[in-house]
Amino acid sequence: MNITPHLPALQVVVPILSAPIVLLLRPKGMAWAMTTVTSLMAFCIAIAIVSGVQQGQVFNYLMGSWSAPYGIELSIDSFSAIILLVVTGASALVLIGARRSIDAQIESHRQPFFYAAWLLVLSGLAGIVVTGDAFNIFVFMEISSLASYVLIAGGPDRRALPAVFKYLIMGTIGATFYLIGIGLIYIMTGTLNLADMEVRIHEVADQSPVLLAAGFITIGLALKAAVFPLHLWLPNAYTYAPHVVTAFLAACATKVALYVLIRFDFFVFQQNLSGHDLQFSYFMIPLALLAALVASSMALFERNLKCLLAYSSVAQIGYIVLGASLVTVAGLTASIVHIFNHALAKGALFLAVACLAIRLSSTQLTDIAGVARRMPWTMAAFVLAGLSLIGVPGTAGFISKWYLITAVLAKGAWGIALVFIIVISSLLAVVYIWKVIEQAYFREPQQANGAVREAPLELLAVTWVAVLANIYFGFYPAIPVSLSSAAAELLLGQMPQ
Amino acid sequence: MTNETIILLVLALPLLGAIGIVISGRISPNLREAVTLTTAGVLTWLVWSMVPDLMDGARPEISLYEIMPGINIAFRLEPLGMLFAALASGLWIVNSLYSIGYMRGNNESNQTRFYTFFAIAIAATMGIAFAGNLFTLFLYYEILTLSTYPLVSHKGDDKTVRSARVYLGVLLFTSIGLLLPAIIWTYVVAGTGDFTQGGILAGKLQGPAVGLLLGLFVFGVGKAAVMPVHRWLPAAMVAPTPVSALLHAVAVVKAGVFTITKVIIFIFGVDFLFNEPSSSWLLYAAAFTVIAASVVALRQQNLKRLLAYSTIAQLSYVVMATAILKPLAEIGAVVHIVAHAFGKITLFFAAGAIYVASKKTELPQLRGIGRQMPWTMAAFSIGALSMVGVPPTAGFVSKWYILAGAFQADNYVAIFTIIVSTALNAAYFLPIIYMAWFSQPENGASSGYNEAPFPAVLALTITAALTIGFFFFNGPILELERQLIEGLG
Amino acid sequence: MLEILGYYNYWVFALVLMIGFYAVVARGNLIKKLLGLSMLQSAVFLMYITLSKVEGATAPILQKGVEDQIYSNPLPQVLILTAIVVGVSTTALGLAIVVRIKEAYGTIEEQDILKASGP
Repeated sequence: MNITPHLPALQVVVPILSAPIVLLLRPKGMAWAMTTVTSLMAFCIAIAIVSGVQQGQVFNYLMGSWSAPYGIELSIDSFSAIILLVVTGASALVLIGARRSIDAQIESHRQPFFYAAWLLVLSGLAGIVVTGDAFNIFVFMEISSLASYVLIAGGPDRRALPAVFKYLIMGTIGATFYLIGIGLIYIMTGTLNLADMEVRIHEVADQSPVLLAAGFITIGLALKAAVFPLHLWLPNAYTYAPHVVTAFLAACATKVALYVLIRFDFFVFQQNLSGHDLQFSYFMIPLALLAALVASSMALFERNLKCLLAYSSVAQIGYIVLGASLVTVAGLTASIVHIFNHALAKGALFLAVACLAIRLSSTQLTDIAGVARRMPWTMAAFVLAGLSLIGVPGTAGFISKWYLITAVLAKGAWGIALVFIIVISSLLAVVYIWKVIEQAYFREPQQANGAVREAPLELLAVTWVAVLANIYFGFYPAIPVSLSSAAAELLLGQMPQ
Repeated sequence: MTNETIILLVLALPLLGAIGIVISGRISPNLREAVTLTTAGVLTWLVWSMVPDLMDGARPEISLYEIMPGINIAFRLEPLGMLFAALASGLWIVNSLYSIGYMRGNNESNQTRFYTFFAIAIAATMGIAFAGNLFTLFLYYEILTLSTYPLVSHKGDDKTVRSARVYLGVLLFTSIGLLLPAIIWTYVVAGTGDFTQGGILAGKLQGPAVGLLLGLFVFGVGKAAVMPVHRWLPAAMVAPTPVSALLHAVAVVKAGVFTITKVIIFIFGVDFLFNEPSSSWLLYAAAFTVIAASVVALRQQNLKRLLAYSTIAQLSYVVMATAILKPLAEIGAVVHIVAHAFGKITLFFAAGAIYVASKKTELPQLRGIGRQMPWTMAAFSIGALSMVGVPPTAGFVSKWYILAGAFQADNYVAIFTIIVSTALNAAYFLPIIYMAWFSQPENGASSGYNEAPFPAVLALTITAALTIGFFFFNGPILELERQLIEGLG
Repeated sequence: MLEILGYYNYWVFALVLMIGFYAVVARGNLIKKLLGLSMLQSAVFLMYITLSKVEGATAPILQKGVEDQIYSNPLPQVLILTAIVVGVSTTALGLAIVVRIKEAYGTIEEQDILKASGP
């Protein structure tokens, strides 16, 4: 039997079916093993999909064989493929190294629930990406969100609870707005299939419900994606979540919301709503720039390592939005490449933080003083991943920064002003990353942390895999770049529909 | 071996050396030093073996692979880069010799780390020298910045860390903030960043934009220390002296002026800039730096800080000479890179030797020191005279060419600057020489120390000899650099 | 005028949405916030039901012999069944978190929790 056509469905079905099985596995080692194996399978499926897409294969899968506008269609293009790679890759990588960190933070009788929730997040995120149906996106979005609330609240820190409550409120409002938007579009077009919607919306594009829908959808998704100033839920949720959960979610959760945002605003609205590009630019560019500046400045003053990195994420989301809001193929390419590269850099950084936290039981900056002598490999990984975040050449971060600045410069005179702001924000990144490095390398430890030693091997190993990926994709960016530029051309309609 | 293979070997060798140093450092310090010296020796031999072919007009090129469309990691050898590589690799041998004496004499900690990052810094320097396009150059430029940070912060105490922060801050801020946008702008405008004879920007950019782009390049290359981005260089003086000597008198700072020279000749094109009035500010900025840094140097009491400000002034000499945009001045600029390297490394070696032997760092303490350390102070005197430009030293040769270029262009600002700065150089170097040889030591308490360890003295004697030797034997270098400016107007 | 009043379902939708939204933003008590959130979601359910309604139509159940009957659009109703499930789970999870907050902090007032968490 040829399994290839079924890959899109398997991408979702495999983790979602494993979730209840994991729940039943009592020895906690088994639960971890099952989750990891499932996650690895999902990663393999994603790789198979990516290689298929790169060979020009088209994935359109009709659920239950109902034909397209009526049934739910799963469809995968190069844009979905690259996001799938990020989501499943982050999950698999983090899980492999996560076991001891989870043992340290989650009570063992709760672990089966924890792993089941993890698989639900994974399948929800993958589902959002593979599906071609607007309402289906809502369902998967809520599956992944609800499960990720559980993951975040799972840690031992009680401050996670108010943080997760805030996330739940804001996330639900975002999802509800999205639902309103979908409803309005459905009234006007009578379809929920994205491809079908793209065609039909053209006739009713000037009607006010459609414009209202565009507004609701964009804002709802911006909330989920933590676009400044709707990012308020993010810093605390990331800070107080279990360390490995932060590494996983920071790498991909907001990225998937951005994926839907870009999918709607470019694929569905862009060519049909008159003036949509200008509205999108004028609305989003200032927000993106504010995100880059304000969030980076906030990161400067943070005393908690995870919170510092969380604010840095908000700033980096600003870059992604900035690239998209240029509404050019170059800009959108930069944006998608940065989704990929930032996931690599931030994933590696949060993994390094997990390494530190498992030995120090703290993520306060003052507590990591002088730790580089005890944990040289961990800190070396942090330094390299930090360089990638800053965008030093030879790392993945540089590639996306190069594309972004090129795209911005192509905008002419006011592009130079934008470059100026990007540059300032990058320099702020230098400062806050270096603050951490100085603390770890040059400050004397506060107490005698003689017992502190290098992090567990498997966690360190996955951290280094992520770091090496940063360097590899800094020199050989062909895979993300080719997928991204194909995606950008597709989204902006430069290919036959 | 073809020249292409040699280029790759040259780029890889110091990195292999670094790995060797880490491994051998666990076994014994002697083995580690042997690895360093061997690497330096083989590297120099490899680099120099390419000189004859280059003299015959060969321009080996090698393109590794394409990172992004139109952007390659590529290397191309031309006379300017050849000279820089030959200089840095050759002086690495001498400097390693000196390091052994200095580091052991001072009982410094973490010596393996020191030699490792030193080798990486040299690898980055080779990459800068051989870079075939702006992107490759930028890649190695940043590696050089980052790999020298652990060297500058070597001591690790609070004061050092603060200074190292200034060092890294200024260099990274300028390179990411100004140089990177300038490079991307160049790629966007010209569609390429390859170093091409005659430049790539002519006809693609005009008016004030040229001046702006030039400004981004000149101040973006913080390593060239044109004021006001010079602050990192005095800050870097907290590093152990061998670092100050090779990196902050030769490799790092020369990488800066080398980049500016290369950009002006191969990206803008000399003729293009000469006919573009908006670029003329560069000469004034450089001239101002020469004078201002010399005045600041006059007021320094700490020997290494004085040398740092003198370096700032001398670097801007090179920038100014390049900015005259006349063939003889371009030769002068290149020759000055070499001449200043010999002179300044000698001065730093001497300053370090004094510190190792007597722990003296301030000028007033140097009274009568010539009697205790005759070799060191003789070398110091030769270096200082070369800075002033007195024959028979290397400094005279370069000053001659720069002046000749200035007259060729009837550029009175440059001529005036050279005269004034020569006077200022004399004003701060000659008193030190006088004091060292002819003053009585304070309180008569001069005993208790002697010459520095032998390897250090040997090293500074070699560089002092080179300083004088260059006055007599500079033919091949001039011959090589004539090729560089062939076809310039 | 009548035309505007004719859309009264949508007016109710907007009103309930706003009341719910206000409660979420303005109330400090976590339970009240959750109630507001539920109202917000219910408002959307109402909107979906409204838009599937066709005048003079009956429930979309096919019967033998009945030919020219008009049916309501079944799809939004199905969708909203799903959305109701999502809404219920959200509320349940939200309440569970409130219970744990009460256990950990001894209060469910936002201000007090902020004070207890420290800066």
